[in-house]
Amino acid sequence: MQDPAPIGLSLPQLAASRCNLCWRGRRSSSFTIKPGLQTLMTLAIKEHEQHERLEKLKTLFGLPVNKAKLTSQRTRLKNQNGFHLCRLGREVYTFVSTSRMSGSLLNMFSKGTKRKFSDGDEEISDESLVGARVASSYSLQRQSLLDMSLIKLQLCHMLVEPNLCRSVLIANTVRQIQEEMTHDGSWHMVAEAFCSAGQSPSERLVATEVLCRSREQDAEPKLFSVISYEGCREEEVVADETLCSVSVSDTVSNVCLAGRIGQCWEKSELSGVERDEEALEDSRLGSGEDEEIDTKDRASTESPKTIGQVFGTFEIKNGSPGPDSALEELFSDVDTSYYDLDTMLTGMQSAPKMGPYDILDSLAPSHSSPSIVSTPNCRSDLNELDHIMEIIVGS
Amino acid sequence: MGEDSESPKINHSFLRDYVTEADVISTVEFNQTGDLLATGDKGGRVVIFQRETESKGESEELGESGEYNVYSTFQSHEPDFDYLKSLEIEEKINKIRWLPQQNAAHFLLSTNDKTIKLWKVSERDKRPEGYNLKDEEGRIKDISTVTSLRVPVLKPTDLMVEVRPRRIFANGHTYHVNSISVNSDGETYLSADDLRINMWHLDITDRSFNIVDIKPANMEDLTEVITAAEFHPHHCQLFVYSSSKGTLRLCDMRESALCDKHSKIFEEPEDPGNRSFFSEIISSVSDVKFSHSGRYLLTRDYLTVKVWDLNMEKGPVETYQVHEYLRSKLCSLYENDCIFDKFECVWNSTDSVIMTGAYNSFFRMFDRETGRGVTLEAWRENSKPRAVLRTRRVYTGGRRRRGDVGVDSLDFTKKILHMAWHPAENIIAIAATNNLYIFQDRVNAENQ
Repeated sequence: MQDPAPIGLSLPQLAASRCNLCWRGRRSSSFTIKPGLQTLMTLAIKEHEQHERLEKLKTLFGLPVNKAKLTSQRTRLKNQNGFHLCRLGREVYTFVSTSRMSGSLLNMFSKGTKRKFSDGDEEISDESLVGARVASSYSLQRQSLLDMSLIKLQLCHMLVEPNLCRSVLIANTVRQIQEEMTHDGSWHMVAEAFCSAGQSPSERLVATEVLCRSREQDAEPKLFSVISYEGCREEEVVADETLCSVSVSDTVSNVCLAGRIGQCWEKSELSGVERDEEALEDSRLGSGEDEEIDTKDRASTESPKTIGQVFGTFEIKNGSPGPDSALEELFSDVDTSYYDLDTMLTGMQSAPKMGPYDILDSLAPSHSSPSIVSTPNCRSDLNELDHIMEIIVGS
Repeated sequence: MGEDSESPKINHSFLRDYVTEADVISTVEFNQTGDLLATGDKGGRVVIFQRETESKGESEELGESGEYNVYSTFQSHEPDFDYLKSLEIEEKINKIRWLPQQNAAHFLLSTNDKTIKLWKVSERDKRPEGYNLKDEEGRIKDISTVTSLRVPVLKPTDLMVEVRPRRIFANGHTYHVNSISVNSDGETYLSADDLRINMWHLDITDRSFNIVDIKPANMEDLTEVITAAEFHPHHCQLFVYSSSKGTLRLCDMRESALCDKHSKIFEEPEDPGNRSFFSEIISSVSDVKFSHSGRYLLTRDYLTVKVWDLNMEKGPVETYQVHEYLRSKLCSLYENDCIFDKFECVWNSTDSVIMTGAYNSFFRMFDRETGRGVTLEAWRENSKPRAVLRTRRVYTGGRRRRGDVGVDSLDFTKKILHMAWHPAENIIAIAATNNLYIFQDRVNAENQ
């Protein structure tokens, strides 16, 4: 049985926060990440307009459209106990059943957690409950805080530049939680689930090195290129990489953490390999869209003479205009950081465990490449979603 | 209207409570004499109030006179668009600072996220009349009708306030400007954004001097931003800036051109007992103010105001709890983003009282001599003009008095973020969303 690397194996933030989203066809102690689900989770994290996009996508593909509305962000967050995925000692829990996959992605969460609780009750009845519960309530709180922080980082206003101070504070909180989780081993368990052992630290180093190298290749440091903190999508990436970069123990700093996620936004500084990725990125996202593409895109060129050396260089927006198509439009706002992260991370996977849902597993042909900076093929992503939608809707 | 007589009555009361986003006041500042009060709002407008000086009677008490009336209104900043980043630039006025007055005109600096502007506010109450070549309406006269020459004379007219932009300091900042501060030398001022502080000369708009740069080489390493900055009131080489990690750095510009290395760093060690995931967020300093004497610093973080002595770096000399009852609610406040609210703090004229804002339209004043604090409310329904404000209390346990407000019934949308204290008298200006409240302390005025 072929075992291609699953997509988005541990988007670290997703991994940490959702704590091993997985299908559970049967009760087993192993768990896998279903790429389709992961991708869908990605979409779910966005504002619910993305849901509209999904619906549009379905219509485009001629698939039946699910009219269910997403639960509002606020209700979801308020439903704290239902929101985070409890890990009462078990890493595996049913999240959602196939039939409900379509449409209301956020509803998935609540359904999943409801099931989780019922499962949890059954399963821990023979364990010592008290200690576990106390500890787990703290980890519940921590988990929900992590979820909330990540959502805050991701949901931001598209039009106005987000508040840098707020973003930094939230990112620091996420980092802090992740550090703590690393220290008490929860992170370790999370990581272990997805990743093959051992390669992480070096991969991480490699990634950093690649980053450094690419940075030097730039004409000069872009003083104004707020790589990580400008624009919401970059913030997302920051979240990713901060989670990744803080990993402490070697065994823990696995592929989930490694693979310089943040760097996927700096990929523009990576020459060569990333060019086509950029091109695809640009074409997919459309010009005039993402400032982070522009900031990273080309090396800063001119020093404005009028302003003087004090201000360094300005970024030049060189985004190549993307081909026009309805699909392009649809995806123009979709943040691709997750896709990128997935690619990069799973690119480093060697032998991921696969589960019964092979259809989804086979969705990511691009992820078989072992390179860190594997290029997410635009077309493969679209095909991916296509397949996912088919499965979702059961067409 | 007869035709509408059968239509159901529509309840328009909600309109009364509706606040246009653009009218929300975003900054308040008295000038150096206190005669002028400037407010900036989210719509980019600046409204200047002037204190009316009534003619004094025999038993007139100092401070008895003076209501503030609108003096001038102008549009300071317009919404803009950054084409490089495809982002809007808000026209919200982040800060206004008055320049010391040097002639009949008044100057103030106003800034939005990116651009600082110097405005000249001048009065005109005379106009020349009696031109030879133009008639009263300004039309050119027919030369043949001019039979004699006269000298034009200045005649008093209605007061006209003209506001003109004199300098525009643009393109100095990549990040959002959060503070401006005029130097005591009267020639320079600093502007601080999230990662850099620039020093400008008031006459030069195409150049500025970068004096602090905390931007890391790799933006992913960014963990701290600048939240506020101010020049020392007397020493033109000293300035202080606060960070999101709760540290204050005092820098001396004589030491080096780039003041990344601080002269002094003021930091309070963290209390391990109170540690939580939110410790860092609530320690972020939202405002820093030098005392008028220049000896002390006042800082505001989320739950406290602290007074620091410039000579002692290891901790504040005084700490006042603004709303400690919120400590158990930090998670909810984090969820609704209230934990990121930036409250301002102010000194009174003699540095004996400090004031800061809170939620539910409450603001707090602390008397430094006695250490006691009082809670007051800025809410029009509860205060009539000239009525004495009664103190409020938030119920946190113990005996509940009438009028106490429970913590859960606090309105977190009514926050007092911006305020100003008259430089010489006990007059305070409080901005509560779109309303400006001006309170005067009459008791103290009598005692002066």
